Amino acid sequence: MADRELNGGLRADGLHEFYARSRQDIVATISFALLIGQLCQRRDGRTLIWAREVQAARNGGNPYGPGLAALGIDTRKLVLLILPDAKAVLRAALDAARDAAVAAVVVELTGRQPQLDLTATRRFALAAAEKDTMVLSTRLAASPTPSAAHSRWQIAAAPSRALDVHAPGAPAFEVELLRQRGGRDGISFIMEWDGDSASFRLGNSAATAPSLSRPRSAMAVGGAGDMRRASAA
Amino acid sequence: MRLAALSPQAAQRGIACGMALADARALVPELISLTHDPDGDALLLKKMARHCIAYTPSVMPCPPRAILLDISGCAHLHGGEQAMEAKIIADFSERGHHVRLRFAYTPDAARALARYGGDSGGGDNGDVRALCLDALEVDAASQIALRRAGFRTIGELADLPAAPLAARFGAQLVRRINRLMGREDPHVVPQMPPVAIRVELRFPEPIGRHDDALDAIEWLIGEVAVQLAQAGRGGRAFAISLSRSDGYVARLMVETGTPTRDKALVMRLVRERIDSLADPLDPGFGYDSISLCVTRAETLDVAQRSLAPSQQPDSDVGVLLDRLAVRYGPAATLRFAAANSHIPERAAYLAQVQGKACDMPWLDNEPGEPPLRPLFLFDPPQLIDVLAAIPDGPPRRFRWRSKQYVVRFYEGPERIAPEWWRRRDGCANPGYSRDYYRVEDGDGHRFWLFRHGLYGRETSQPRWYVHGLFA
Repeated sequence: MADRELNGGLRADGLHEFYARSRQDIVATISFALLIGQLCQRRDGRTLIWAREVQAARNGGNPYGPGLAALGIDTRKLVLLILPDAKAVLRAALDAARDAAVAAVVVELTGRQPQLDLTATRRFALAAAEKDTMVLSTRLAASPTPSAAHSRWQIAAAPSRALDVHAPGAPAFEVELLRQRGGRDGISFIMEWDGDSASFRLGNSAATAPSLSRPRSAMAVGGAGDMRRASAA
Repeated sequence: MRLAALSPQAAQRGIACGMALADARALVPELISLTHDPDGDALLLKKMARHCIAYTPSVMPCPPRAILLDISGCAHLHGGEQAMEAKIIADFSERGHHVRLRFAYTPDAARALARYGGDSGGGDNGDVRALCLDALEVDAASQIALRRAGFRTIGELADLPAAPLAARFGAQLVRRINRLMGREDPHVVPQMPPVAIRVELRFPEPIGRHDDALDAIEWLIGEVAVQLAQAGRGGRAFAISLSRSDGYVARLMVETGTPTRDKALVMRLVRERIDSLADPLDPGFGYDSISLCVTRAETLDVAQRSLAPSQQPDSDVGVLLDRLAVRYGPAATLRFAAANSHIPERAAYLAQVQGKACDMPWLDNEPGEPPLRPLFLFDPPQLIDVLAAIPDGPPRRFRWRSKQYVVRFYEGPERIAPEWWRRRDGCANPGYSRDYYRVEDGDGHRFWLFRHGLYGRETSQPRWYVHGLFA
């Protein structure tokens, strides 16, 4: 269903933004972006890059290898960049997005980022389209600002479907599509990550139809339309 | 576990090599034992041998525990043999090594004297003759046979005709005796110091323009690349020193993740390095020489180029990571590595991408299970206030960062015992066990909490911590 609303999936060579709904949803937002990046990484075995600031560890803790592996993320194909400030994060992420050996870049930024304006996001979108990399920008404790992203999402943690013994179940996310270039928005659904089949499924139904699980390559017609619209903006 | 080596103090207390560790502990309770590391020892020996080049050019490390110096024609430079001996002993004891030095006419004899000759003795054949049979270093069966035949010293064997000895014990024994007695001359095969690849460019006039300096560096890299290619090696670390005419030397260092001799790549890293300098390069009155040295090189074979241009775009992410490591320091590019421990914070660490790769696999998640380890881990764990129905029961509600959470689902406890073997006083005071709970609040936030200490058994007031956050 999610794939259908997106004309077949997320653009694998585009810029996507993920906003955390509240401070408690930071982990959910990052992990959702990482999982999308992981799906993208799985397609061709290129590397997944995760860029974050040094201070991020102070509030949210350190990324933990066994936890990533438990989510089904291939840590051998994941490189973590820990950089001194937001400027360095943006610069390194742009370099990574311009490298053809990178499948996806997860950019983790906290707070309002005046540097990440329309020009900067446009630069990311162009780099992503040129080198076929996916840029997943996670914005924590920030409110949406104008950008050249192909889609914008709001992520929150959702109650999981408990296992038999009242134990927390698979990770679930409440996903709201805030904006999509050339498509409808305002849809929201609950998605659940299935680590065994490495795909998302809709959480509120028992159906296991994979959603968002096959990020789609550039769409020829829509892509051209996007370009025009962005340059007009 | 047996003892492999001893300190002089330990030897005085009646401990011997080959003794069981438990027996030695019984003799000397305050014994300090370290794991035997033969590779580390061999490396140290090599380093020490390299250091000995100061005394003679002909140095041979002789594993496991000897270094042979051929001092013919070198002793007078250090004021004679006695002065040289004192100098070497002082040099090494300053570095914390206890060395035993012996002079002899053959390398084998010197080694045997140093190893088996006790604490006194000179270097003539008389002392070699007095050595016990261990100094022959032949196999145990021959040793026993020789002992049974009534031999006690090397001298007794040396006086016998060689042919019957060789017939009975093999030619190896006779060869050893001949070597020890100086009848056969084994040479010292000197350890050659690795030749560093270094190129220097001197200018008749100091150059002051930044671009000229860069051109010079590029030329140097090209020269070094040729030398590396001839040696079949690739550089991992390049050090550049720019000597200014007023005596100041600016140093730049670039490192790569894989060995390389690609001129363009190294040049790009150098430019990146110069851009990221906190205070930019100041040529002042100009540089009068620039030198480039490959400080670390590894084997790099020539890769065959295919005739058809490859369609695949360059899929090596290493170039990007090298560039980022040069710009932000090697601690900025990290990968996830597993360690051998069951304590959560010790089970994983972040390793530098450029460092040595170790591929220890993660523990597999059971199929059908949600992740049992959190995505983020707090270091140190954060203290929380927890309300539980019973002191050793699961948490009901907790307060973290001044926000109240009500536990809706929980799973646990997963009990993780402390690693008492790492503690100073061992299992007498092992530390607290932790009871981990995976909990979820009403809004779907998932936490990893633990109770520190078993209620009633280890502590009466266990504290609670949040250790991680799940996706």
